[in-house]
Amino acid sequence: MNGTWVPRLVQVRTQILKENDRVARALRARFAQAGVTVVSLVSSPGAGKTTLLARTLAALQPQGRVAALVGDLATDYDAQRLAATGAAVRQITTGTLCHLEATMVASALEGWDLSQLDWLMLENVGNLVCPATFDLGETLRVVLLSVTEGEDKPRKYPPIFHTADAVLVTKIDLAEVVGFDRALFRQHLEAVRPQMPVLELSARTGQGLDQWLAWLGSLRGWPRPAAAQCLSQTPLDAE
Amino acid sequence: MHELSIALRLVELAAGAAQAQGTGRVLAVHVKVGAWSGVVPDALRSAFEVARVGSPLAEARLEIEHVPLELCCPDCGRRRQVEDLTGLPCPDCGQARCEVVGGRELELTALELVP
Repeated sequence: MNGTWVPRLVQVRTQILKENDRVARALRARFAQAGVTVVSLVSSPGAGKTTLLARTLAALQPQGRVAALVGDLATDYDAQRLAATGAAVRQITTGTLCHLEATMVASALEGWDLSQLDWLMLENVGNLVCPATFDLGETLRVVLLSVTEGEDKPRKYPPIFHTADAVLVTKIDLAEVVGFDRALFRQHLEAVRPQMPVLELSARTGQGLDQWLAWLGSLRGWPRPAAAQCLSQTPLDAE
Repeated sequence: MHELSIALRLVELAAGAAQAQGTGRVLAVHVKVGAWSGVVPDALRSAFEVARVGSPLAEARLEIEHVPLELCCPDCGRRRQVEDLTGLPCPDCGQARCEVVGGRELELTALELVP
């Protein structure tokens, strides 16, 4: 190399996950056009997503048409378990990936006529970290917290609680046994997401299930408009 | 855990952008990583070491700019930056819930190329 030279600096400004965001936006538009309410469930592994989904699919079917996509690293155990409810269910196996991505949702939907659905439930991989980063195009994101996990989860995993639209406190039938402190939980949640709707339920005993179903029923066309002056100033591509 | 897939996308995007600039060799990649991006800078650095092998970024440095959380009050419009989220109420007007408007960045911002 001759003499001295300085590197050429080229401004790029591209979202690293722009492809995911682009697919998610397209999905959201498709869902809205088809009139299907899409609810995603996220939680730690074992918080009770699949058990709740089994009860939910069974209960919603008399009221409307419902389908589900369920994500796991391996096996189709969840899809098999949920297929027993009679709802249309597809498994997404992510291999080693710790979360669902929008393209996986888009591929899993192939061949389904969305206009024939009222609700589509998405069960993410059990994980409170990575799913917060990936938009799936869902109408609403619901985070589950089982009473055995501790009241301080919202403070430990703020992005997922902040970006969710509601919290379901699950396994509420065990609350007394494990000494779950409701007031303390509310305090932790309030710090990261004030006025977040909270429902308590037990998919095993059925306690609180009616309120959950009523809430799902009230969701049709539920948008969440951001305040105009706080709209994101980061477009997918700045160039 | 998902930093490797993010590093692979970064390498792909950066290699494409370098090619568009007519060069096959990248000296450095600049990225912005928000406090709430879900990406841990150290994990991204390790993943980048693996992801860049055999690519035009094989010898490239990874420059990470940390972006703190930024909150915006929907009522009075005040914006403020915080390192940790201790609460969402607006310190100026008392509005209960400020919006998170910054800190989710996961962005390729610039490339340093051979001139």
